Amino acid sequence: MSEAAGVIHDIGYQRYTGPRFGRAYVFTSMYVHGLRTAFGLGRSAKAKIFPWFVLGVVFLTGTVLAAVRAQVPDAGVTYTAFVDMMAWLVVFFVAVVAPELVSRDLRSGVLPLYFSRPLRRADYAYAKLAALATAVFLLLGAPQVLMFLVAAFSADNMSQFWTEVGDVGPGLFYALLWAAVFAGIGLLVASMTGKRAFAAGGIVAVFLMTTPIVGVLSVLPSQTMNDLALLFSPSSLVFGVGVWLFDTGNEAEVIGPYGPLYLAVTLGVVAGCVALLQARYRKVASS
Amino acid sequence: MTALSDLTVSVEPGIVGLVGANGAGKSTLIKILLGLLAPTSGRVRVLDLDPTVDAAAVRARVGYMPEHESLSPDLSAAEFVTHLGRISGLPRTAARERASEALRHVGLYEERYRQIGGYSTGMKQRVKLAQALVHDPDLLLLDEPTNGLDPAGRDAMLALIHRIGTEFGISVVVCSHLLGEVERICDSLIAIDGGRLLRSDNISAMTTVTDVLAVEVSEGIDQLAARLDLLGLNVRRDGRLLLVPLEDDATYDRILTAVAELDLPLHRLDQRRHRVAELFAAREVTHV
Repeated sequence: MSEAAGVIHDIGYQRYTGPRFGRAYVFTSMYVHGLRTAFGLGRSAKAKIFPWFVLGVVFLTGTVLAAVRAQVPDAGVTYTAFVDMMAWLVVFFVAVVAPELVSRDLRSGVLPLYFSRPLRRADYAYAKLAALATAVFLLLGAPQVLMFLVAAFSADNMSQFWTEVGDVGPGLFYALLWAAVFAGIGLLVASMTGKRAFAAGGIVAVFLMTTPIVGVLSVLPSQTMNDLALLFSPSSLVFGVGVWLFDTGNEAEVIGPYGPLYLAVTLGVVAGCVALLQARYRKVASS
Repeated sequence: MTALSDLTVSVEPGIVGLVGANGAGKSTLIKILLGLLAPTSGRVRVLDLDPTVDAAAVRARVGYMPEHESLSPDLSAAEFVTHLGRISGLPRTAARERASEALRHVGLYEERYRQIGGYSTGMKQRVKLAQALVHDPDLLLLDEPTNGLDPAGRDAMLALIHRIGTEFGISVVVCSHLLGEVERICDSLIAIDGGRLLRSDNISAMTTVTDVLAVEVSEGIDQLAARLDLLGLNVRRDGRLLLVPLEDDATYDRILTAVAELDLPLHRLDQRRHRVAELFAAREVTHV
C-alpha cells in the first residue's frame, strides 16, 4: 500500500476559513505541549520510562504514607515531610525533563518555526516554565491529595477533617514553592545549552554540588553562619522556608530568626531565574 | 554590519524568486519580512501589514520554511505539524486535520506517524514545507527549499512549489542561490547581491539576456570568433570559451556550420547553466 516517497498526491487544496485564535490560545497550546512533553506523552515509549517511573515512586510513597497515617495517627508523617522526602527524586526529574523542554528546541533548530508564528518569545519561555512547574507540582502535590483523601474518608468527625484540611493546605503551598524554585533554576540552566547531557549535569550540579557548602557553613563556630547556611543551596533554601512556615517549634534550631530572609531569598531566586530566562530568549537566535 | 542597503522592491502575487549568492542578504530580507528583525531604516509592508508593528498578524498569515534543519526528531510528523498548527492559532481539531492535509499535499501520508528522526533529507524538507502550509498562509517564504535534495527530489520539490503558487492560490517567495532552479517555476525574479538590488523583473525579460551558448574549440578560436561576428552573432570571449547569445534554435546550426566550414576541432557546445554570477556578468556587459 505504501506510496513511493516521491509521489505527490494530486488532490485539490482547500483554503482554511475557520477561526484563528489569539495569544491566550497560542500560549495555552505551548503550555499543554510542554506538560505533555514532561511526561513523555505524544512521544516514544522510551521518553515515557523515566517520568512514569518517578510518578510511580511518588504515588507509591504517597500510598504507603497514607496507610501509615491511617494505622498510626500519631506517626508524625506530615504533608510537608512527604515533600521533603521526595525532593531529591524531583531534582533528577527536573534534570531529565528541563533539557527535554528547552535544550531539545535549541538543538533541533525548531525555534525559528515558533518565532515565525504568532508566539512571542516571552510567552515561549513563560509557557515552558509553567509547564515544568506544573509537572513538578503534580509530582509533589497529587500524592498529597491522595493522602488527604484517605485521611478525610477515615476521619471520625468533622474536626479531624478540618485538621486535615489545615495540614494539606500548607503542604500544597510548600509543593508550589518547590515547583517554582526547581522549574526556575532547572529551565534557566537547560536554556544555556542545546546538549541535553550537559544541561542535565548542570542542573544536578546546581542542586547537589551546593550541599557541601551548606555542610561546611553549618559546622562553622558562628551561630549566625549556621543559621544562614541553608541559604546556599536551592533545596536547603526551600527547606528553610518550610521549617519557618510549617515546622513550628524546630525553627530556632535550624534557621534561627531568619525565616523571612529565607522566604525573601527564595522568591528572589525565582524572580531572578525568570528574568534571566527572559533575557536569554530575547537574545537567542531566531534562525 | 549592513546586510541590506538601498533595497527597494515590490512584489506582485505569484511565485517570486529571490536569488543571490550566499551571504547576499536573502535570509536577512526574509527575517525582516517576518518581523524577526527590525530594519534600521526604511519601510516594509507584507500583505498590507507592517511587520514591525503587527508582527503577530503578519506571522499568522505567513508560512516560513527555514533553510536549516528545524524539526523535532523525537516527534512524528503528524504530531509536530499539528502542534505548529495550533501555535499558529488553529483550533485543536482543525490543526490535526490540516496537518494531515498538508502532509498529504507534500507527499507524506503513510509515513506521517513515524518519528521525524528516521526520515531522509527529502522527507524532512517536505515536513518543513508542510509546517509552513498547515495554517493556510496567504504568503509562503521558502528559504533554499531544495537544499540537500538529489536531482529527483529537487524536481519534485520545485513542481510542488509551482503547484502551491499556481493552484493553491498562495503567493510564494522562493530564495535560492541557483537561478537555474527558480527560473523554472517563478513568474518574476529579484536578484540581490551584497544587500543591494541588482534586478527585479519578469522572468522572461531576465532569461533572454542570460541564455548563452558556450563554444570551445581546441584551436582557431580567433578565426571562429571573427566568422561568427561576421554572421551577425554578438560573440564574447571568456578565456578559452566563446559565449554566444542564444536567440533561437537556429543559433546552434549557425555555430556548427561555421565550425565545420573552418574545419576546427570542436570540444563542446552547450547551453550554459544559469548561475547568478553570470546573470550579473551579462547585465554588466549589456549596460556598460
